[in-house]
Amino acid sequence: MGFRPCELPAVYARMMRQMRVVEKRQLLSAEEISRTLNRLAHEIVEKSGGTKDLALIGVRRRGVPLSDRLAKTVKDFSGVEIPVGTIDITLYRDDLSTVGPQPVVHSNEISFSVDDRDLVIVDDVLYTGRTIRAAMNGLFDLGRPKRIRLCVLIDRGHREMPIEATFIGNSVQTSDTEIVEVHLKEIDGDERVVLVDRVP
Amino acid sequence: MLQRLEHLLGIEDLTREQISFILDQAKPFQEFQRHPLKKLATLRGKTVAIAFFENSTRTRISFATAAARLGADTMNLQAEASSLKKGESLLDTVRTLEAMRPDGLVIRHSSSGAPEFVANRLGVPVINAGDGTHEHPTQALLDALTIRDRKGQLEGWNLTILGDVLHSRVARSNIHLLSKFGVRITLCGPAMWVPRELETLAPNVRRVTRIEEALDGADVIIALRVQTERLHEPALAAEEYILRYQLTPQRLQLARPGALVLHPGPMIRGLEIDGAVADGPQSCVLEQVTNGLAIRMALLYHLVGGAAEPPPAKVPDKAQ
Amino acid sequence: MPATKDHLLLIKNGRVLDPASKTDARHDVLLHGSRVLRVGPDLSSGDAEIFDATDLIVAPGFIDLHCHLREPGQEMSETIETGTRSAARGGFTAVCCMPNTQPVNDNASVTRSIVDRAAAAGAVQVWPIGAVSVGSKGEALAEIAAMKDAGIVGVSDDGKPVATARLMRQVMDYCNSLELPVIDHCEDPSLFAGGVMREGPRSIRLGLKGIPAESESICAGRDVELALLTRARLHIAHMSTTGALEYVRHAKKLGMRVSCEVTPHHFTLCDEDVRYDTNYKMNPPLASRADRTALIAGIADGSVDAIATDHAPHHPASKDVEFDRAPFGIIGFETALALTLGELFHTGKISLTRVVELFTTGPARVLGIERKIAVGGSADLTIFSIEHAWTYRASESPSKSRNTPFDGRTFRGAPVATIVAGQIVYRRELTATA
Repeated sequence: MGFRPCELPAVYARMMRQMRVVEKRQLLSAEEISRTLNRLAHEIVEKSGGTKDLALIGVRRRGVPLSDRLAKTVKDFSGVEIPVGTIDITLYRDDLSTVGPQPVVHSNEISFSVDDRDLVIVDDVLYTGRTIRAAMNGLFDLGRPKRIRLCVLIDRGHREMPIEATFIGNSVQTSDTEIVEVHLKEIDGDERVVLVDRVP
Repeated sequence: MLQRLEHLLGIEDLTREQISFILDQAKPFQEFQRHPLKKLATLRGKTVAIAFFENSTRTRISFATAAARLGADTMNLQAEASSLKKGESLLDTVRTLEAMRPDGLVIRHSSSGAPEFVANRLGVPVINAGDGTHEHPTQALLDALTIRDRKGQLEGWNLTILGDVLHSRVARSNIHLLSKFGVRITLCGPAMWVPRELETLAPNVRRVTRIEEALDGADVIIALRVQTERLHEPALAAEEYILRYQLTPQRLQLARPGALVLHPGPMIRGLEIDGAVADGPQSCVLEQVTNGLAIRMALLYHLVGGAAEPPPAKVPDKAQ
Repeated sequence: MPATKDHLLLIKNGRVLDPASKTDARHDVLLHGSRVLRVGPDLSSGDAEIFDATDLIVAPGFIDLHCHLREPGQEMSETIETGTRSAARGGFTAVCCMPNTQPVNDNASVTRSIVDRAAAAGAVQVWPIGAVSVGSKGEALAEIAAMKDAGIVGVSDDGKPVATARLMRQVMDYCNSLELPVIDHCEDPSLFAGGVMREGPRSIRLGLKGIPAESESICAGRDVELALLTRARLHIAHMSTTGALEYVRHAKKLGMRVSCEVTPHHFTLCDEDVRYDTNYKMNPPLASRADRTALIAGIADGSVDAIATDHAPHHPASKDVEFDRAPFGIIGFETALALTLGELFHTGKISLTRVVELFTTGPARVLGIERKIAVGGSADLTIFSIEHAWTYRASESPSKSRNTPFDGRTFRGAPVATIVAGQIVYRRELTATA
């Protein structure tokens, strides 16, 4: 999950605006993103022993286009259309005790039952693990999945929860002040992954 | 960026944008009502005081359920049970509540202006659950959500409100809300309950006393509860009301085909509304109830959620 | 400063405005003890104390025909002492207090207790109004003759209307023989029932029960008809509607001794100003914009005889409740002159002489007395500025109550000194915003 200024609490946003963003290096180009997603789609189907009961759950925001693309790739090489849903974790976050207005809530869009499903949560960046913890809470409010695994484009370390991804695009070493920015054309217009740092 | 609401005292002072925001924010909570497990931790640790100085089971339960589903605790105050009956003033009752440090207060009171009175003196967000004959904002919001879901938008159609409009806070809030979206509003009922001055409440409001005239061209009809006995006023016989103003299936035909029928509840089948209409396909009363829960959850989430103290200084968003 | 028998006080260089003697000139006024000794230009002072009244108006002492002093029985809201000190600050030298005390002033011993208390502790003169009926219950006639001997100057059941036409007719006949005016608080209880503000678009918007204007005018019409029948002296208290004003005009045209008073809040505010603030709740309620305009026209053309405050103190806790539950009434002594100058004089609607009439000769005529600056007469004077800029702060008032919608309002014009029987009972320091 990348940096989302519009949803950050006001204090953070203010601090952010006062600092300069410096791009340190590009982690993935557009073509590399495409190849990584392609590889991940194949991995998911292989390691699941097929597409039976499989469903993808994209975590709002950037997990959504990623899960759509994965499903399309799966359809292209296997002919099977696996269900895709969207989950919004705002109501499940553990950090809402912050100054400023409450973040805007969005709806989930999961048109299928999660009971007995083999779910793969899809997100752009795995960092502390709190987002995924919240996503799992949300999914368990909807029913009882058979299995939940995680697929991420970037794993940047620094876990604060006992959470691991089964399907990883790239692992990257990062420091505390750095931010992994994922740009996807459906949301950001351009297509790449960069490592940025904040300097005063 | 939408101006953060501190209290919800009425619809009159809200903008179109604020109203649309609340309706949009109710949508995730509508979806939430369909989850098998309906319990969030979003407002865990928060306490919502629910102070109802007037009888109401439905609205009170709706707010209590909304708070509980968000994970908040509730403090319940009901007029008969409280020392209010013993002559304790509203101010003292509220100060007592405040000393128990709630994070928000939902208040229903028989005096118009009571929520404003309390909001000016307490340091917590206040939600008006109905004050005298002034406003009932959450009712208007849930009505608007119900209508918007069925019709697609809140502009460009005709509303008729039937009944005792003069004494109805529900009618006033609906008039304020829907007129902001350009809805054309017709008010209809016995003349002493629909005085001409009601037309000054908002633009595009007219009053008529013949139900046939009121229903002609109506896309949405709100039927109000009828109290035939009124303090300080001569009573109106129920039969008189039924004869001239009951919403029957025949009269409903005078409206546009598929016109929606709403009622704030509780309904008296056989008085202001015929049972067949109340239970018929055009009636939205059940959706109104569900939507009431969604609206109230959205309001509690935004008004009562959030903290008092500043967070510790961290730079990147560790919520990832 | 006590006015000893021989104390000389020279009020120098003021503009003496005395409607009764048609005086409007730069004169000095020399007071000797409790009497006026001389009036004229450039009086020699001798060893008199000098009061410099340059740029100030020197008028006969103002009379307030209608106020509530709450003593006996409701001393937490006001006492004769605190009320009269507030009246002095407003420039009033005499006030008529209404009988709705506890007990009601419906017999001579209550009247005497008020008179005695005022003599001991009152800052200005207090002229009680006695009740029309026992307990103001609207049934039996009160002991009006005995009360007259004890000092009442009129009768009223204020707080309520005189209950029935029959009772009103009876008291009018009776008071004719006693030469007392009958003062009515005009209201129709069945139309008033449960109301808290004027019925109209504003009451509908606020969701507050409205009182139609006809509640007042129907009762005023009844009273005027009965005054015609009995040839009584009728005075309409705190008149607030065009309808009542029309009845008064009609009666005056017929040569009847019918009079009326208007309060400053009724010519300053209207129902559109009402909000969920109990400082806007009084009876009669703030009227429509059209009524306010009509009242001002009536004040200008002489149909209205007097401005009266209806000073109605309520201790702060009793007003700090929901609008519905609050008692009716606001205080008014200290803002009356300033509001009159601001709304009526500085806007060019009435002359300064008319202003003084409304506080002196008008009330005096209603009471059947004279009010003027006369050699040998009682030294009761109100000295005021028409220009002095100041801000009214209710917290500084000697009244025990704070219920006013004008707190914090800035004014142009103020009472500067109030003199009762030769004694300066109030004096304002004319610093920047005092």
